[in-house]
Amino acid sequence: MGFLKKLFGGRAAVQQLPSGTVTINQRGEVVSATVSSAYPEPLLREIGRAVLQLFQEAREAQMPLAEVSLHYGSLRVTARELRGGAIIFLFPQTALMPAPN
Amino acid sequence: METTRKILVLDDDADWLEVCREQLAQLPSKPEVRTASTGTRAVAQLDAEPFRLLICDLRMPRMDGLQVLTIVRRRFPELRTVVLTGLEDEEFRSRAYILGVDLFWLKTDMQRDVKLFLDCLESLLGDETPHGFRGVQNKSLIDIIQLECLSRNSTVLRVTRGPLVAKLWIQNGELIDAEVGGARGEPALRKILAWRAGAFENLPAEPKRERTIVKSVNALLLESAQAIDEVTEPTQTDFVERADHQKNVWKLSLLAAEGAEFVVVVPPDKGKIESWSTFQGERLASWARQASETARRLGERLGAGPLSHVAGAGSERRLLLLSGDDKTRSFLVGWPTEVGEGHLLEKTKKLSASWDS
Repeated sequence: MGFLKKLFGGRAAVQQLPSGTVTINQRGEVVSATVSSAYPEPLLREIGRAVLQLFQEAREAQMPLAEVSLHYGSLRVTARELRGGAIIFLFPQTALMPAPN
Repeated sequence: METTRKILVLDDDADWLEVCREQLAQLPSKPEVRTASTGTRAVAQLDAEPFRLLICDLRMPRMDGLQVLTIVRRRFPELRTVVLTGLEDEEFRSRAYILGVDLFWLKTDMQRDVKLFLDCLESLLGDETPHGFRGVQNKSLIDIIQLECLSRNSTVLRVTRGPLVAKLWIQNGELIDAEVGGARGEPALRKILAWRAGAFENLPAEPKRERTIVKSVNALLLESAQAIDEVTEPTQTDFVERADHQKNVWKLSLLAAEGAEFVVVVPPDKGKIESWSTFQGERLASWARQASETARRLGERLGAGPLSHVAGAGSERRLLLLSGDDKTRSFLVGWPTEVGEGHLLEKTKKLSASWDS
């Protein structure tokens, strides 16, 4: 038994969507998170870096933002800028949820 | 409320504010002059106390003069407005007049002829008639009717052309009656729209006026425009200029009717950026491109599906970016903070859908 695993290389590569809250510092490092520990931390760091970049670009455009939301087909990422970083809320959008604003 | 002798001067240049203060002190009516260095402060001051006149610069960081004028026109319709700017650009002059400013002066002209400038201001300060007429310069009657109807206004337009006097009744944005020289209804409207020049004034609405026109305004204006075109046979250049002009009026009316602060349309390639009611079009377009790119890259990494839009909120305004891709444009709209977050997407999509119609 187990020959199928050998043939197909173990688990299927389906990435779950993150759900929960992440706090990052001003360098984009994760300070605390309620996202499942199974979720890869490098991806959380990427989210943090992208969010800080968005705030930075807005400041450079002389249009400082306190909050930014990215609305995807299956995920909403809402970030609020804090003095020493940002707090990020991750909401997977399912068919049971109302349409995102 | 005593508003007659109060002037608010808005400019981001402190030295210029001082020059204005000195010059305005020479006005015979001795007005009380206040100053503000940002649009936000100016609006806060206007909220706090009544003013008779606002003198406003155009190019300012964050909230520029056109944005301030858009807000002021909506919130303080009785306030007289004067643009005093260093920008020698006819496009901005016409945009300012479309927003209903009373005077547009260049700073260089003001310094050259201070007396004439002060005479104009004195005349504006002195006119206390609460129901004064406010005209729009260099606009055809069709433009004016469209503006009134798009803004869902109720008014009576009194149009004069030499000895001829006509009236158009507009109720809740619908043209319900027209009258000229004994004719009424559609025949009267056709006669009036054939006038190439004249003057107009807004009179109070008459909601009880009997309705004689049932066709939609757009249909009537289109018929009339076609009839005029057939008679005048315009050249190709005339046609293009008129179409551009109509398009500009339409877009500004849409922006005002929806209550948006500005719109920036970013083409997918390196094409020309379209910006309305803001001087910071290039900067905003650059942010829109960067934000779209950053958000799209992140979405691909997370497997979160296609990017629908990016929303942002600052202390002065909300933003909504309908992000385009390699083939479609991005559409960035600035909204006042009073617009609820729940309505932003719907309102932005509506504006975007109507934009090129």
